[in-house]
Amino acid sequence: MGMTFAEKILAKYGGEKKVVPGQILTVKPDHLLMHDNAAPIVSKIQPELKEYGIFSKDLPVIVLDHVIPAAAEKNAVQHKQIREFVKKYKIKHFFDVGYGVCHQIIVEKGLALPGTVVLGSDSHTCSYGAIGAFSSGIDRTEAAALLLTGETWLKVPQSIKITLKGQLQRMVTAKDVILFIIGDVSASGADYCSVEFHGNVHRFSVEERFTIANMGVEMGAKNAVFPVDDVTISYLRSIGISKSKYASINPDTDATYDRELTYNLTMIGPVIAVPHSVDKVKPIKEVEGIEIQQCLLGTCTNGRLSDFQIAAKILKGKTVHPNVRLLILPASRKIYLDALKEGLIKTFIEAGGTVLPPGCGPCLGAHQGVLAPGERCLSTSNRNFKGRMGCNEAEIYLASPATVAMSAVHGRITDPRKEVRK
Amino acid sequence: MTVWKYGENINTDMLFPGKYTYTCSTAEEIKPHLLEDLDPLFAKNVKEGDLIFAGRNFGCGSSREQPVLGLKAVGIAAVVAGSFARIFYRSSINQGLLLIECPEVVKAYKQGDSVWLDVERGTISIGSNTFSFPKLPKEILAIRDSGGLLPYTREKLRRKKKR
Ligand code: SF4
Repeated sequence: MGMTFAEKILAKYGGEKKVVPGQILTVKPDHLLMHDNAAPIVSKIQPELKEYGIFSKDLPVIVLDHVIPAAAEKNAVQHKQIREFVKKYKIKHFFDVGYGVCHQIIVEKGLALPGTVVLGSDSHTCSYGAIGAFSSGIDRTEAAALLLTGETWLKVPQSIKITLKGQLQRMVTAKDVILFIIGDVSASGADYCSVEFHGNVHRFSVEERFTIANMGVEMGAKNAVFPVDDVTISYLRSIGISKSKYASINPDTDATYDRELTYNLTMIGPVIAVPHSVDKVKPIKEVEGIEIQQCLLGTCTNGRLSDFQIAAKILKGKTVHPNVRLLILPASRKIYLDALKEGLIKTFIEAGGTVLPPGCGPCLGAHQGVLAPGERCLSTSNRNFKGRMGCNEAEIYLASPATVAMSAVHGRITDPRKEVRK
Repeated sequence: MTVWKYGENINTDMLFPGKYTYTCSTAEEIKPHLLEDLDPLFAKNVKEGDLIFAGRNFGCGSSREQPVLGLKAVGIAAVVAGSFARIFYRSSINQGLLLIECPEVVKAYKQGDSVWLDVERGTISIGSNTFSFPKLPKEILAIRDSGGLLPYTREKLRRKKKR
């Protein structure tokens, strides 16, 4: 009997021929992601670092992205501590303020490859399943232990197979697909599980797969993964990584799944996750007309070039509604530059948008675009929890870049399929 | 002993708001903000030995260990829930906070019921009903027995060095 993706890759990393769900293995990941939280992580193990050093200077990847540029002295001090740590231990993969959001950087810089294992002290580490890596979030303490030992335990998860069929309608995007699925399976529907996407996936670009895998954790998944196909291979080639640099792992056709679900893409329309839970997903017509004060276009979920292209198509020659602040948050410096070259940034600024530095910006509510009580934000990010954008009495609605752009113009939640000029 | 009862999908922002995640890291800094957006009375009134009961998917959302550190620091004896989100679950092993996945217990409990937790036996009683919860696998128990992941790692490094 065959094995699922998770079983296959964990068997390989755990040094076993065959594994079953529930089995616990000791695994050495290829990389360990940390961001601004590298400061509290490293400070936990000062004496141990002094005595034993770090396991490997190639293992950690540190990206400063969460509160950048430093919003307060405390952040500045932490950033400084991280830079000192990087110098002292000669950390190979360090990306200072301005490179972009950690998850985007990991993929863009080829630090997660098909068939590799990446763990990260951030819940959206599951994003790298977009290119066929096994990646999952851990906490700060575990990251600290990994810095010292290079290994940790992982339980072989059960797997869920999601088959996508049919074609998407115009102005309906990968974001609508994943929100729809989360609405269907619920915020805990994939708890502890590995989620595999099958079926008509070749029509999704790596950027779109990223959006979908990124939100795997919003249904509780341990990891979410796409098969490695021509789309993956040509994406990797475009960032300078040839096929000989990785050994992809795809699930066996006769693998056993805990559950199998099928979605017909043709039936999915634009959807919105309403406050305060990502699985409260409604068709757009049920929330159309709700007034909004802030729009966020970007983050690790939807801050890539194709997201900006679709938004710019809608915003071109239009102005953002006077009651709305439109914030643009590129997921990386490279995307920012590409968007500049294509004139997308110009379109956003002319429409009245404000471009923020590549990073997490308002997504976590620590700075830049914190909401006031009673305000509503329509966002392309991945979480609408109460208080997420820094204010307990504000509301966050989640949607696709197309819906956010269209709604920014109208000042209310608006269906992007309406009055789109070609 | 008080039982603090909450609903389903209690996320990490409710347990410890994200806006403090880069400004609070010690137990003393964390304690006053515990469950701030969920139950303002919690941080004020919680006592050592108290229990938290909740529905499914407790601790979903961000990787945020402050709530785990905080709940451990204020002396929460165990969190009993329908299920747990996995990063929170791992985090609790790493900090030595006891989590009990037992939807039946949560369902059976009514306010005012007396609750008795026996960690050694792996049982929890609500009034006259006793429920048993499964033991952790041995690999994970070893971490808990060392007092958490960092002490466990320290022992491991020390052993390695001796060899
Ligand atoms: S953009 Fe938001 S979700 Fe993504 S890593 Fe940053 S804070 Fe997390």
